[in-house]
This record gives sequence, structure tokens and C-alpha cells, in this order.
Amino acid sequence: MIQQMAEILNHRKLGDEYHSLTIVAPEIAEVAKPGQFVNLRPPTDRSYLLRRPFSIFRVNRRGNVAATVEVVFDIRGPGTAALAAMRRHEPIDIVGPIGRSFTIPKTQHSCLLVGGGVGATPLFFLGEELQNAGKRVDILWGAATASRLVAPIEAKRLGAVAAFTTDDGSEGHHGLITEVLGEMIQRCGTEVIYTCGPRQMMASVTKIALEFGIPAQVAMEELMGCGIGVCMTCVTPVWNRDGTGIANVRTCVDGPVFNGARIAWDRYAKEEAAAALPAGN
Amino acid sequence: MTASGCFASGREMSEFIDLKKLGAIVVKSMTLKPWAGKATPRMAETSSGMLNAIGLQNKGVDHFLSNDLPWLTEQKVPVIASIAGNTTQEFMQVAERLRSAPIQAVEVNISCPNLEDRNNMFAHDPQATSAVISAVRRMVDVPIFAKLSPNVTSLTAIAGAALEAGAHGLSLINTVMAMAIDVDSAMPKVAGVVGGLSGPAIKPIAVRAVFEVHQAYPHVPIIGMGGVMDARDVIEFVLAGASAVALGTVNFINPKAGHEILSDLGQFMSSRKVGSLAAMRGQVKVEG
Repeated sequence: MIQQMAEILNHRKLGDEYHSLTIVAPEIAEVAKPGQFVNLRPPTDRSYLLRRPFSIFRVNRRGNVAATVEVVFDIRGPGTAALAAMRRHEPIDIVGPIGRSFTIPKTQHSCLLVGGGVGATPLFFLGEELQNAGKRVDILWGAATASRLVAPIEAKRLGAVAAFTTDDGSEGHHGLITEVLGEMIQRCGTEVIYTCGPRQMMASVTKIALEFGIPAQVAMEELMGCGIGVCMTCVTPVWNRDGTGIANVRTCVDGPVFNGARIAWDRYAKEEAAAALPAGN
Repeated sequence: MTASGCFASGREMSEFIDLKKLGAIVVKSMTLKPWAGKATPRMAETSSGMLNAIGLQNKGVDHFLSNDLPWLTEQKVPVIASIAGNTTQEFMQVAERLRSAPIQAVEVNISCPNLEDRNNMFAHDPQATSAVISAVRRMVDVPIFAKLSPNVTSLTAIAGAALEAGAHGLSLINTVMAMAIDVDSAMPKVAGVVGGLSGPAIKPIAVRAVFEVHQAYPHVPIIGMGGVMDARDVIEFVLAGASAVALGTVNFINPKAGHEILSDLGQFMSSRKVGSLAAMRGQVKVEG
């Protein structure tokens, strides 16, 4: 992990919903691996203090400038709004690369990348690395609506098979990723699944993967205080190796990529049931 | 210095800064047995602040002694062990294990729920404060700092109880009890329902606490903390009466804050021709 002031090389819109920042940060870009993230400090006054963590969408180590990292995000609040207002050549305070990455399989060949909404972001970097390692890459992206699919044209280029689902039917299958996942696995001969997206989606993807006897590597998203392993905010409940107990481990530096089978998904059930109740109940 | 819970045991931060340059590291509070902490979400960002309900997740005093302390000792930085517990007995047992450890001081985090008193915080009651501090005092020979909660009617009364029970100094302040609610779901923003607020939002509360306690006990060492973001904030705490200042939440935002603030502090002092921070201690100009 390093912290530096870096220059924004480019800021572009990615479709209607997403912003992309390309940042000149060679020390980070040269060593970054898929699934790792960077922690950006929004240029706000003291009203919003914390950094915003973003998985790495892509690194470029071959351009005519020093190596860059690219992140993709949508505006969720004042921090991301401030980042979305940043312009080319402005300096930005960046920490990275952080966390445990996805691992490239040694024996398995056929890899399916399952991304929900903006969660598809780190799977582009991963897909490129998997292809460089000679693996088959297939893609299944889901989102609420077509405009919330991340870079679908590039996804089609990346995947041997690329399929989409949308909640409103505006692109691909009308419904959820999990409704077509089994069929995709069979059609593509999938041997490993990589997923990133909403927690409930990843829980279901893991369940289906395990039913097919396939490993699932999941990249968790959690609120982070520091993003460097200090504050204990972002913990994920993970079963011990021998399955005898659950430990709260730091998503930032012990994750964000975990073996899906080890995550204690039912720990979240209560929280999600309560969140589903409308205000007033 | 660093504030407890905002620097872990220094290992992660050593990737960013040279720990030797710090006055001391106050490590994350340790308990007798490992604590798993609370459910997530554990944190919510609020205006100029950070609300947290971590639940003192830590691996226990024995892990600290076998894993963290040997490494910290090699870094040649003074170590202050922060200890916590749910009973007076637990505080005493943790302190006992630290008795011969190479630490410079113990900070007693009495902002913990007291299981023997309907989960009231020790730091909210003079008698509970006194019981814990005197129990710890019997166990260790190094100086003891009592870390006090600002969420009390009379901070000077609690400070007095801690000092009478044998505390050598005071750490002011722990987080401010607070709550944030998500209006769309009507859910508290942290799973622990209420939490502790840190960051610049609480700095004026902390400065007031340091000032009040320093006025009441001018000869007692005070480690001031709460929302320090830069060198001017450090000076503010010293003017109020702090003899040392700790950095908390700022480490999350800027892991190099310790270095940068020290360097800015040096510049501030030479530009004002101030020889030492000690000369500025408590020098706020108050009429009367």
C-alpha cells in the first residue's frame, strides 16, 4: 500500500450512469491485481472526511504515459459527487493497491464472471488477466436497467459468451441473474465463478455454484472507515477453515475477495429482513 | 501520539509512516479474551464526523503480548497499552498480564458497558471509575491514564475520582455518544443502534473538556484528543491545557497525518518563536 498525490489523466462518462477516472499512479498500477481496490480522498471541505474505496476497473501499463489505474463509479452521495466533479490534470490523493485479489485458477479453464450493477467493475480487469493466462472467459452482467450495466459493449468483446439480465427487461433476460446462472454454467462448461455485486446476489450465486460443485470467488463490498486494516469497520463474517466458528475479518485487507463458501451469509439475514420493512413498521 | 482504535497496533500504519517519529502509540483496546465486536454496519459518516459502533473487536491481551508487542518493541516507539473490560475484575486481569510487559503506560478505557451495573459505562459513574482505576493501579507499576467519556454531567467529578484512585493522568476525550437514522428505511445507520462520534465534529467538545479539567487539576498530565486534523488543532488543545495530543480519525483519512502534522507544528512554532509546546500549555487567554 502506498499513498500519493496523483494526477487525473482522464475523466469520462461511461454510459449515462457511470463516471470513470483514469489516474496516473505507476507505483500502484504496476503491482495492482484484479479485485484489489484504491481509496480516493474526495476534494471536499471538512464536511465529508472519509476516503471512498473503488475496485480497479482497469490498469494500463503500456501507454505513452506512466502506468495508470482506472476506477468506475456512480454518484451515491457528496463524496462521489465531489469526485465526479474532478477534471483532467487535477491532483488526487490516492491509497492503493489494497486487499487480497482474485486468484487465477491453476487447473480449471472455463471462468464465468458474474457482475451485479457497478459490481461488474473489477471483473473487467480480472477478465483481461484471465484471458492473458489463456483461460476461457464468459460474462453474465445483471442490473436494474440497461443504463446501469457497466460497459456492456466491452463486456461483449471480453466474453466468449456474454449475457445480460435487467430487472425491467430493457436489456437481455427480463429478471435476475440467478434465474439464468444455472443455464450459463451448463452452456459454458463453467469451472470457476467470480462474482461481485449486491450481497444477496452474491449469496445466491455462491449457493448455485456450490450446487454445481464449482468454487466461487466473491468480492465483498462493505462500508469502510480507513480502508487500510485499522478501524475494524468493514468486517465480513467468515467461517474458520474447520467450520467450527465464525470470525469477523476485515474486508479491506483480509478481503475484499473471499471464497464464497466460507462467508457466513446467514449472519446478514436479520439485517436484510429489517431493511426490507418500509418505514413506519 | 496516536489515539486508541485509530492505529491498530501500528503494523498497517508502518507502511505509510516511520513510527519512531511518533511520541507514542496508544494501541487498540485489549480485553481479557478476544471480542468479536458488533454486527455490521459499524460506521456511518456524518457531517464532519464518523459514527462508529465497532464493539471493541480485538484479539485479546495474550495475542497482544505474543504478537503485537514484540514487533512494536522492535520499532523503538513508546507503547501505551489501552485496556478494556466489562467488569472491574476483567480490567484487573488484563492489567495483571501486562505487569512485566515492556510498555510505557496503561490507558484505561473505562467507556465500556459495566455488566455489573446494568451496562452503564464505568466512566459515567465516579464509584465505578474509582474501582477500576484502583484495581489497575494495584496491578501495574507504569503510569496509568484514565480515558474519560465526555457524556457525563460533571467531567471534573469523574476526573477527580480517577485521580484519587491513583490515575497519573487523563486522556480526554473518548467518542461522543450519538445516533444517526436512515430516513428511507427508518433503520439506525449502525447495527449497534447508537455509537460513538469522532472527527472534527467533536473537537469543540473535546477542547472544552480539556480546558475544564485542566482548570480543576492544573498539575495533572492530560492527553487531549478529539477531531484533530492539523497542527493548529494540536495548538488549540495545548492552549486549552493538554500536555500531549493524540491523533484519531485523521489517521483513517490521511495515514501520513502523524508526520505531516509534526512537520507543520515545527513550522508553526518557529514562526511564532515558541520554544516548546509545554510553554503554551493552558495559555488560553481567559479574563478573570
